[in-house]
Amino acid sequence: MLPLDSLFGVHERALLLRGERTAVLAANLANADTPGYKARDINFASVLAGEQANLPMAAPNSGQAVGTAAGSELGGSNLQYRVPYQASTDGNTVEAQVEQAAFAENTVRYQASLMFITRQVQALEAALASP
Amino acid sequence: MSLFNVFDVAGSAMNAQSMRLNVTASNLANADAVSTTAAGAYRARHPVFQTAMVGANAASAEEPAAAGVRVLDVVQSDTTPVRRHDPGNPLADAEGYVWGSNVNPVEEMANMISASRSYQGSVEVMTTSRDLLLKTLAMGR
Repeated sequence: MLPLDSLFGVHERALLLRGERTAVLAANLANADTPGYKARDINFASVLAGEQANLPMAAPNSGQAVGTAAGSELGGSNLQYRVPYQASTDGNTVEAQVEQAAFAENTVRYQASLMFITRQVQALEAALASP
Repeated sequence: MSLFNVFDVAGSAMNAQSMRLNVTASNLANADAVSTTAAGAYRARHPVFQTAMVGANAASAEEPAAAGVRVLDVVQSDTTPVRRHDPGNPLADAEGYVWGSNVNPVEEMANMISASRSYQGSVEVMTTSRDLLLKTLAMGR
């Protein structure tokens, strides 16, 4: 039987994380002129490592455990302060060009995950439609 | 869905930056205004930005990602207004002096450009997030 939970692999969780990161980076850009604001970002590698341990591919029988609680952890414990290249005297550590680059990269990766899911759905549909 | 928070965050930034543009416009418009007394002279105004939690989870601190910005206050510059000799001015005092505003046009122009760029950045963020959401809605098609 087809494991529907694991159909999209890491991309389902990646999409959530990318969405979360979009909000974090948007907050950084919004506060680019706020004195004392510290830029933050999500440490993608550490989140991914945590997610991979839970992937149903690693443990096919415990697929139902995936996706619990991790959603609330995404933005919380994995948020880290960014180290600025050039610190500003008003205590703000947002560097617009860095944030914009990260935002663009995040957007592309979001769309990549989206595309993987879309292709997976299409492949499944094609398989279902075949005689 | 966190992508919806982006609209609140970017919207708050656009709001704050347009306020800053507004204040800058006011300062530049009054740069040459004069007064008879020092107290009556126009003083440059500047908005003070502060990080604010926005969106549905504004009350709880559990959603630190959605940090927008708001204008805490508009403060007046405490630089001394410029006193200059202009006896022809109807507002001149008995000695022929008027008090000009303490607006620094260079500072205001820099402020204007910074506000404009930040506003554009927020619009870009909002547009991108909207595209992502629309693409997500069309997922699987």
